[in-house]
Amino acid sequence: MSNSTLSTTDRSNRTESTGSDADDEDAGGVLELDGVSKSYGTESVIADLSLSVEEGEILTLLGPSGCGKTTTLRLIAGLDRPDGGEVRLNGNVVSGGDTFRAPEERGVGVVFQEFALFPHLTAAENIAFGLKDLDEAERDERVRDLLDLVGLETQGESYPDELSGGQQQRVALARSLAPEPAILLLDEPFSNLDVDLRVQMREEVRRILKEAGVTAVSVTHDQEEAMSISDRVAVMNDGDLEQIGEPEQVFQHPESRFVAGFLGYAGFLPGRIAGEVVETELGTVGRDQIHGLAPEYDDTDIDILVRPDDVSAHPCGDGGEGHGKVVGKRYLGPTILYEVELHGGDSLLCMHNHDETVPTDGCVEVTLDAGHELAWFPREQRPETGPYSD
Amino acid sequence: MATEQQTGTGGGDDEQPLGLTVASGAVAAAVVVPLLWLVKTALEVGFAEALSLVTRPTTVEVFLNSAVLVTLVTAACIGLGVPLAYLTVRTDLPFRRFWTVVVSLPLVIPSYIGAFAFVSAFGPRGAFQRLLAPLGVESLPEIYGLPGAVLVLTLYTYPYVFITTRAALKSMDTTLIDAARTLNHTRWESFKRVTVPQIRPAVAAGSLLTALYVLSDFGTPAIMKFDAFTRVIYVEFGTFGRDTATLLSLQLIAVTLLILTLESKIRGDERTTTGGRSGSPMPLGRWKYPALGFAALVATVALLVPLGILFTWLAQGVAATSQSLAFQPEYAFNSVLVAAATAGAATLAGLPVAYLAARHPSRLSSVFERATYVGYAVPGVVLGLALVYFGSSYATPIYQTLYLLVFAYIIRFLPQAIGSLRASFLRVDPALPEAARTLGETPSGAFRHVTLPLVAPGLFGGAALVFLTTMKELPATLLLRPSGFSTLVTHIWTAYEQGYFGQAVVPAFILLFVSGLSMLVIITQEGYDVK
Repeated sequence: MSNSTLSTTDRSNRTESTGSDADDEDAGGVLELDGVSKSYGTESVIADLSLSVEEGEILTLLGPSGCGKTTTLRLIAGLDRPDGGEVRLNGNVVSGGDTFRAPEERGVGVVFQEFALFPHLTAAENIAFGLKDLDEAERDERVRDLLDLVGLETQGESYPDELSGGQQQRVALARSLAPEPAILLLDEPFSNLDVDLRVQMREEVRRILKEAGVTAVSVTHDQEEAMSISDRVAVMNDGDLEQIGEPEQVFQHPESRFVAGFLGYAGFLPGRIAGEVVETELGTVGRDQIHGLAPEYDDTDIDILVRPDDVSAHPCGDGGEGHGKVVGKRYLGPTILYEVELHGGDSLLCMHNHDETVPTDGCVEVTLDAGHELAWFPREQRPETGPYSD
Repeated sequence: MATEQQTGTGGGDDEQPLGLTVASGAVAAAVVVPLLWLVKTALEVGFAEALSLVTRPTTVEVFLNSAVLVTLVTAACIGLGVPLAYLTVRTDLPFRRFWTVVVSLPLVIPSYIGAFAFVSAFGPRGAFQRLLAPLGVESLPEIYGLPGAVLVLTLYTYPYVFITTRAALKSMDTTLIDAARTLNHTRWESFKRVTVPQIRPAVAAGSLLTALYVLSDFGTPAIMKFDAFTRVIYVEFGTFGRDTATLLSLQLIAVTLLILTLESKIRGDERTTTGGRSGSPMPLGRWKYPALGFAALVATVALLVPLGILFTWLAQGVAATSQSLAFQPEYAFNSVLVAAATAGAATLAGLPVAYLAARHPSRLSSVFERATYVGYAVPGVVLGLALVYFGSSYATPIYQTLYLLVFAYIIRFLPQAIGSLRASFLRVDPALPEAARTLGETPSGAFRHVTLPLVAPGLFGGAALVFLTTMKELPATLLLRPSGFSTLVTHIWTAYEQGYFGQAVVPAFILLFVSGLSMLVIITQEGYDVK
């Protein structure tokens, strides 16, 4: 896997480079998007999006608000009609060309952002809503099974406004799973919950989805959520797919500065490749520690991606000039992030335990100590704006 | 699903649904056409003649009369409504909830019943004079004319100002006043510089309702024998002064538009805050009893006088009347019949308009929605006249039938149904029908199983409101009823015209009851809180 020099037009191949190692291309996934585009009025939201979702996996579309991820979900569900491209479910074209199948004919389940539970129906009636084709006995049994699955055996007769946020979400999940959809779509499923509940429900939802064996696409702007519930993460920016892969892969080897910055804190350490080492302000770094540094980059300037846990700051030794000075301090509870401005003008974030103190005046030395390969980007791609983002 | 790009729209398609748009446009056109007809009729009069009709002294006098009436009543309503609102919201007036309800209640009394009661109570030889006769009072000062009209209209329309001002005062953040006080303003200064600018839009809105009501009210000027637009139009029409009636109607519409413009100017930029805390009420101190007296006086005059008169008549029995005037249950049945037909038809006609406006907002859908509000701003007597012309020349098969009468009511009260429906549609999360779609419902199935049950309360609330206001409508009913068709309202009118006031008691009580119900509907619909 190389890095952001990889052209973004070559997206369709990427899904295979990760995870389950696509065994045969023809069968494709449960869901395939092929060159899909959508604009509202004159504003293009999605330009040319292709991706594929495998049977049984949980894929999360991750990106900042306005990146087109919710629109993508609506296009898959058939709640909006794409302007171009094809959407295929289990190999059947559901939109593309003149074909446009209505949402009710697609067999997709949707968990809506604010759950969209029918307020005039009880939890059990909500779950039974999509089970029109079953006879009463079968329907009751299915509803019972689902209430059981989501752990709400005793709440079937409650109305949505009598349920807590977490319970409402369980009902929404059960309702969308009831008709056994080919694919389940979740739109920011946790954004409506309290922070504490959110973490707990992530685990719970992942358990339920895996137990139901359903293929799912979820959408979020919360990288932590994406990392914790997904088998694969697709990072979107401005209507484009930036990178798709397993969570660890995407975090450790981001293919673009955007992905690097969007997933966790990122700092960029300038360096120059000189033979078997890369020379940086913090000293030399072995070439073997840099991920996939091809020979054609010899003698060029690069930026090494440095996460806060890769570096630490210490007071300067006697008379030493150190590498820079501390210009900021952020408490994160158990840890503290120190922002160090290097003499060369670049900034890095260093993570320390809350009981370690780093002097905020005077110079500091920064040590790079990463137990894994580091990602890098060619220098000429460095954007104008600052290197940090949350 | 709150999409980033497409907030608020519901359906799967971006385009306007054709069927709905056509239905909505048809409703809007049906409502507007008869009024355009009025303009066409006026244009046929000819310019020179029109000019002479408009500028002749009596026309000018009618204009001035109406202007004076509207100005005086609006000013008096602000004078009553704003202090009462302040007393019940921001002071420690005893029994504030009680007074809030009581001073809102006059809205329940249709102004023609009020006028009717005041004339019989305070007329030169009315009940009050008979009471004072033993003391040698031969006759009371004249109540007919401007004073009576101003008095009655003020008493039955000030609640508009009271209610809107109250709402603004309640939602106002009182820390603003605390801030002004800490900036060295006295209570009075901070009222002027902080409170007044904050409540001004609400006072203007209430005054607008009052002014429009006064301008369009037919019953009170007619009973008080005061030559305002509505009364003269009705009289001219009755005496075949068709051109004059038409031109006066247009003038009346012009004045209505003028008032609407004036209000939007006064309202100014709505830079008001809502929410926030409400601090402790202002202690009234030694002003407590005068304040109580003020509230009690207003309530007594507005409520006890008409009720007292009605009960007196009731006690006297319905003797000494001609058989032809006796109350027939059929009148009540007729009232219910036309009101129910109107409520049903208005709700059906309102559905596409409201749904389109709520779910597919666009310039076109809002034009359709606004068009349906035209009938609301047009005084009933003008609407009645327009439909008489329209019906007698273009819709002869339904002229002089109940269909035309119901049509008139629909034009007049459709906005009540649409307003209620539109608000209900907006309250339904667009994700709900979408959720139904993903669970296998067709668009119409999703509408029937999800949207409709959720808007049902609003639908019935709107229909009930149309039903109740239709039952009270006076001028259009008088102009358009088929001959021989009597309702509660027309019966009261006949009793008044023939001087057998006592005959109006039963229908008047029924109408008061109906009015009370309609207030109740409004209150439960809008969550008006009296705390």
